[in-house]
Parts: sequence; C-alpha cells; structure tokens
Amino acid sequence: MKLLIKSGRVIDPANKLDEVCDILIESGKISKVAKNIKAAADKTIDAAGKIVLPGLVDMHVHLREPGREDKETVSSGTKAALKGGVTSVLAMPNTNPAMDSTENIKLLQKIIKDSAKADVFICGAITKGRLGQELSDIKALKKQGAVAISDDGASVDSDKLMEEALKLSRDEGLILISHAEDKALSNKGVVNLGLTSTRLGLKGISKESEYKRVARDVELAEKLKSPIHIAHVSCKESVEIIAKAKKRGAKVTCETAPHYFSLTEEAVLNYDTNMKMNPPLRGKEDLEAIRQGLKNGTIDAIASDHAPHTENEKDIEFERAEFGVTGLETELAVAITELVDTGLLSLSGLAEKMSLNPAKILKINKGTLSVGAPADLVIVDPDKEWLVEKSAFVSKSKNSPFLQRTLKGVVEYTIKNGIHC
Amino acid sequence: MNELIWKRKDLLGLEDLSREEIEFILSTAESFKEVSSREIKKVPALRGKTVVNLFYEPSTRTRVSFEVAAKRLSADVINIATETSSVKKGETLIDTGRNIEALKADIIVMRHNYSGAAAMLARHVNLSVVNAGDGWHEHPTQALLDIFTLKEKLGKIEGIKVSIIGDIAHSRVARSNIWGLTKLGAKVTVCAPKMLIPPGIEEMGAQVTDDVDEALHNADAVNVLRMQFERDESNAFPQQLEYFKNYGITEERLEKAKKNIVIMHPGPINRGIEMSSEVADGANSVILEQVTNGIAVRMSVLFLVAQANEHIKKDETAD
Amino acid sequence: MKEKAKILDSEALNRSLMRIAHEILEKNKGTAELCLIGIRNRGVYLAQRLAECIKKIEGQDVPVGALDITLYRDDLTMISQQPVVHKTEISFGIDDKFVILVDDVLYTGRTIRAALDALIDFGRPKAIQLAVLVDRGHRELPVRADFVGKNIPTAKNETVEVRLKETDGQDEVVIVSKDE
Repeated sequence: MKLLIKSGRVIDPANKLDEVCDILIESGKISKVAKNIKAAADKTIDAAGKIVLPGLVDMHVHLREPGREDKETVSSGTKAALKGGVTSVLAMPNTNPAMDSTENIKLLQKIIKDSAKADVFICGAITKGRLGQELSDIKALKKQGAVAISDDGASVDSDKLMEEALKLSRDEGLILISHAEDKALSNKGVVNLGLTSTRLGLKGISKESEYKRVARDVELAEKLKSPIHIAHVSCKESVEIIAKAKKRGAKVTCETAPHYFSLTEEAVLNYDTNMKMNPPLRGKEDLEAIRQGLKNGTIDAIASDHAPHTENEKDIEFERAEFGVTGLETELAVAITELVDTGLLSLSGLAEKMSLNPAKILKINKGTLSVGAPADLVIVDPDKEWLVEKSAFVSKSKNSPFLQRTLKGVVEYTIKNGIHC
Repeated sequence: MNELIWKRKDLLGLEDLSREEIEFILSTAESFKEVSSREIKKVPALRGKTVVNLFYEPSTRTRVSFEVAAKRLSADVINIATETSSVKKGETLIDTGRNIEALKADIIVMRHNYSGAAAMLARHVNLSVVNAGDGWHEHPTQALLDIFTLKEKLGKIEGIKVSIIGDIAHSRVARSNIWGLTKLGAKVTVCAPKMLIPPGIEEMGAQVTDDVDEALHNADAVNVLRMQFERDESNAFPQQLEYFKNYGITEERLEKAKKNIVIMHPGPINRGIEMSSEVADGANSVILEQVTNGIAVRMSVLFLVAQANEHIKKDETAD
Repeated sequence: MKEKAKILDSEALNRSLMRIAHEILEKNKGTAELCLIGIRNRGVYLAQRLAECIKKIEGQDVPVGALDITLYRDDLTMISQQPVVHKTEISFGIDDKFVILVDDVLYTGRTIRAALDALIDFGRPKAIQLAVLVDRGHRELPVRADFVGKNIPTAKNETVEVRLKETDGQDEVVIVSKDE
C-alpha cells in the first residue's frame, strides 16, 4: 500500500521543515519527503493549498472507559480524536477503576486493542484510587505500558508522598503530570474568584489554589532533579513560576488548553455550564499571559483536557453541573483561529505545541514526519471556516464551550499509519 | 406612540436592567400601591392567569407577598414547596418547569438555593419567570421594594447615601441593591467584617468599609441584612454577641448618624443581633412599610412580565 | 396620518362643555350628591373643566376624581403600544353619589365597560351617567352616553383626536384618516 500526498505545505518542526513538497508513505511509514516525488502510488491525495502537519498528540484526554461509557468510550473518543486531527492521545487515569494497577491497565489495553481508532497511550495513577493516600506500584505501571503518571482531577496533597512519587517517576523514566490544585484553597469553588464569582453569587476558585501548588510541585521536582509536567495551566502566576523555573534549568514542562487562550471568565456570566471547567476560565490578563507563554515557549504544549459529560450532567443548575468540556474535535481549529491567525504562533510553532513537544514529553515515537516515522499526519485547510454545531460532534458528549462559534481550519484528512481514516 | 419600555418576559435580576426599566417598574408600582388602599383591593388585570410560586427554599414572607400581589391582580395562585413536590424524587429543574408550562401556567415565581437557577429555567420555558431569590445571586423584587421605600421616604434616589450592613458575601439582597441603587445614582457603601465582603464589590460600584460607625456617618439610609448563622458551614462567622457588639445597630450608634436616617431590614429580623429592638421598632424604622410596598412592587412586576410575554407570543404568531 | 377635518375649534368645544354642564345640572336637579370622575387621560381634564362650568353656573364646587382603567381593560395584548398604568385618584367616597363619568371620545364602548367595572370596585353609587365630548359611533357593547358634545359619524379607518390645552397646547377636535 503506497500513499502519495502531493503539493501540500508540509510543516515538520522536528526537521525544521516548512515548504511545499510531497510525501510518500509506504507500509504505514513515511518513506520520502521531497519535491515532485514521481512514484506509482495506490492512492494520491492532492494537498495543494493545504497544510500537512504531523498527526496531533493530545496529552490530556479523558476517554471515560472503563466506568463511564455513557459519557465516552475508547471507540467514540478516538473517533472524535481522528475527526479533530488527533492521532495519539494520552488517556487520563481517572476511570473506574482508576489506572492504578497492572490489572486495570491490562483491562484498558484490551479495550484499546478491540476498539481504539487512534493510538491511545496510558497514563497511570500516582496513588491508589487517586486518593492521595498510598502510592501505586509505579514500577509495575511502567512495566505494563504506562507512559506517564498523574492523579489528574486531584493533586497529591502530601509533600512527602509527592516527593516519593517524583523520585520513582524519575528513576523509572516516567513523566509525572501534576494536576496543580490545593483543594483547601479552591474551597468547592465553581468559577474564578473575583468580580465574576461575586456577580454570579457563586463560590470562587482562587488563582492561588493553582499557582501555590504549581510552585510546590516545581520546587519538589527541582530539588529531586525529577522532570515534571504541569497540566492545564490557566493563570498568569503559574506561567511566571514555570518561566522562572525553566530559567533556572528545572526540568519542568507544561501544557495549557484551548479554552484558556481563547475564553475568559466573562463567558460564564450567563451561567453557561459549558463554560464550567477546572481550573476555571480566568481573567483577561491571565488569557494574555497564557498567550505570551505559548509564544515565548514557557508553555510547551496544547492539550484539550477533553472532558466529556452527558447532557444530564450539564443541563442543570450551574453549581451542580460537572466540571469539564470536550475539546478533541475543536482544538486544532481554535488554535489556528486564536494563535496562528492572530500571528502569535507560526504553523510550525503550532505543530510543536500540539504534536512534537507532547510526543517528546511522553517520550513516544510520534510528532514528526521524519523518514521511517509512523505515517500519522493531518491535512488541513487552514483558511476554511466552519460553524461549531452540536449535531456535528462524533464524541458521545457535546459539552463544548465553542458551540455556535465560527472557527478557521478544517481537518480534511487524518491519516493514521498510512491509512486515511 | 410610546416606545415599549418593558419588553422582558422575565425578571431575573437588576444587573441586566437599565435605569429606565427600573424606574418604569417603580412608577408602575406607585399606581399599584393605590389599589391596596382601596376597600376592594383587587383589579382584574391578570384575571384568568395562573401564577405558580415554586419555592425550593423555605420562605414565608416572600412567598406570601407574591401570593397577595398575584391575588390582588386576580390571578390564580398555586404554591409548590420543595417538601411536597417531586423535586426530591430527582426531577430536574427544567423538567419541573416544563411540567408547569404544560399546566398552562403563565408565570413561575421561583426561589432557589442555587445561583443562576432562575436564569436557567427562563431559558428553557416560554412562560414568564420571576426570580424570588437565587442562591447568593440576586433577589430583584426585594431590592426594588427597598428602593421604592427609599424613594417614598427621601423623595429621590439620585445622590442619596445608602449603607448596606451585614453578610454581603452571601447576600442576594445586597447584590440586587447594589445594582439597583447605583444604576439610579445613589452612593452605596457596604459594611461587614472583611471576611464577609466578597471580591470585586468596588468594581460593582460600591464602597467598602468594615467600620459600622463610618458606614452610618452621613448615610441617608441603612439597609441591615439578616445574619444567616444557620448557613455558616465553615463556622467562620463571628459569634452572634460579638457581631452585635461590633455591627449591631443600636440607638447609641444612631446618635452619631443623621437624625432622620431611614432604617430598613429585609426581614425576618434577628433582634439583638443585627439591630436592637428599640431601633427595629423606632421612629426611623420603615421595616413594615417595606412589607406593604413589597406587594405593590410585586404586582407591578407580575403585571409587566405578563403583559410583555403576551406581546412576545403575539409577535411570534404574527411571524 | 392625514388630518381630514376640524370638527370643533376652541370656542365650539367650550360651548359644548358649558351645554353639557347645564344638562347635567338639569337632569340631576343641582349639585347635591354630584361628582365627576374623568377617565385618564383627557377625560380627567374634561371633568375638571365641567366642574369649572358648574361652578360658574351654580357657584358650587363638585368633587373631581381621576380613574385609570388600564388594569380593567380587555385588550391589553391587542394594542401595540405599552399601556402605562397610572394612578387612580378618587379622594371621596362614591357610595350613594350621582357619578358623572367623563371621557373624550365614545367609540366601541369597551373603555366605558372597563370604567364601570373599576367604579363598582370603589363603591355603590346611586347612579352613573356618562358624559363624552364626541360620540363617533361603531359601538361593540350596549353602551349609550347621557350627555354628548357632538355626534360625529366616522369611518372605521378614521380616528377622532381630541386635543386639549392641558395636554396638547390647544383646544380642538379633528378627524384624522389613517393612510391606506
């Protein structure tokens, strides 16, 4: 099986490539990237006027299976991923059961083997049941195939336990992903603390609850010379703390989500539960800090924090509604609209944040169009606009904060292992 | 032809309203106040309409006030309280709303313990929704009756100084009053222990102090909020006696205030906690007039939303 | 809107009011137990003027009240403009009184129906009589005026506008035809 992609603008930051050329794919791998490839192919795709990116690697996805198959399954979630140009996802461990043991990971691996449409990498849980009490057998998780560990949705409150976890992850060569939130400070809040929470009469989540925990985690990791990755950075202070740590040479990386560089707390003012997530949408200066952090490299990656919920869990009183929004199907277009179109990031910069860097952080062989690499790529019309409509989602859940927004950038082809999906 | 001033099918809060809309409700309420002074305190304006009081929180005075207001407009009133409804069986608010709509009711007056509940309900039903208090968010008719009473007592709102004293952080009455009063040009000061002042109050247009004597100084009126000690989950509130010592309104404190300062309280009063009995029953207190005015204001609101909704429905059929 | 004809000028209007005042006094045999209640808006000013006429004739003050019938209307949703609720101001009891209800134009009769409902809520008068400046016909209810300034046959697409000094700066009655 040979696939030839003709005349697309090929963006491959790993090889510092940004030019119009052809890509030949053989047996699921990239076999040649050059101008005017003359080869007999089984299928040729004309990508003139389009851009060709390495398939996106989304390092923060809640696939909900096993446990909450009504919200999403490995099958529906990976279908949604492919629709959004995402060919690899990191499945977060807050499933039921949590990914805190070899057995549970085996269970998920079986589901993946049977039903995944895209590559699913597994994030193990730092602590048993993600309860922050007792460490999981991190060595065993790694052995069973986990590529990262996290208690996402919860933070490890105990400094001592966190130190232990960082040591183990360092020794095992597994990245630890920190959900940085001091729940004593976020105090059952539901929106950003400040004028917005006061106007709405809702409990606020302070920025402090995030950045103080970021500071602690960065400090511990630095002390132990462990790499650490901070998930879903939402506020200015967190960006500043991470920027300083990076300057000092700490092995810290971080991600943000599309909603944090495109929406502010203003969006919550009519109690739209699709704007409810944790951390919450913040203020204008936070949004600006996130954008600058993406531009200057403080923020390494963009991940969707795809958090599907059923309508029953969202179409209720704001305080009762679940936290989280879906993102796999919109993240690339939001990034093109908000970051590339505004000149904040080049297309190459975009491919770094959404493909190359996450692959590097997770140490997985993805995110490039190098010869010999798996042929995971996405062909995008960067200028075409589309309206985000509920009915068009392939994810089981429709809780997108971008509903009814017009976005730029349409995924025309997602190619996984050389096969058009 | 006069422009339609009131076009809303719902009253959800005062934050969204323009100065003109607030003034229109108040001037309409003046006409309704006269109705309550008649021997036959009833007009047929909402004859054949059904008002449903949907109360998810116990409240006697607000519910009764709305009930009296609706009855004086000749509407039929149905009271649904959380104990007797299907809420406890897990029906969602939207389903409840749609069921009430299917009964062909015209107005839902809702009290709910979650902020934003009224706004959510209003988005999902075509009938009118009047917010009778949602969480800590807003309690628009209470603020309207407070402002109505102030206007009656002081002759105007523009330029007057009003201090709101008490648990601002958890008070929908405070929020609605801040929006309403500042829109009409009053100068508002809120006063509470620092931990009971939520962030962003200054940006809403009010000044902040934790010194009750400063709040009373030069004020034309003071609105004293009920301290809801029963809601203090974290036991963070000051002790009741300590609160009275530091923030309670007493005759001694009022000696330093303007002689004819207007004293308001949304009720029910905790005597000896927020204010002394002497103050509550004293010459400056307008607490019972607030209750009387509440009927007029709520009649005005019920009438206006019903009328606007008829126009909306008519326009829809015309399209 | 096109002004078609002037029916009454200032002088004619005042002559009509004076005549109605005489008729009221004649029918009710003086001012005993008499009161005037005008329907907002222009009816109130006409009632005040009738009271002045009566004072000129009899030297007696007759109480005047103002009635707002917005809350008694049966057409709240049919009119395109927003009916603004005004105050009803009747500072005297109407039990056992002869009430002269005053309005500017009598047309379908629905305003009068509403006004009668409203009045009944205020008490039990001995009699209610109706005085109008203009009767333009087209009744939809069995209502008849006791005192009429002028009968003006009109077409349905015409309206009669009563303009008064107090509200419009000058006294006149004109027929206006709506553009087709």
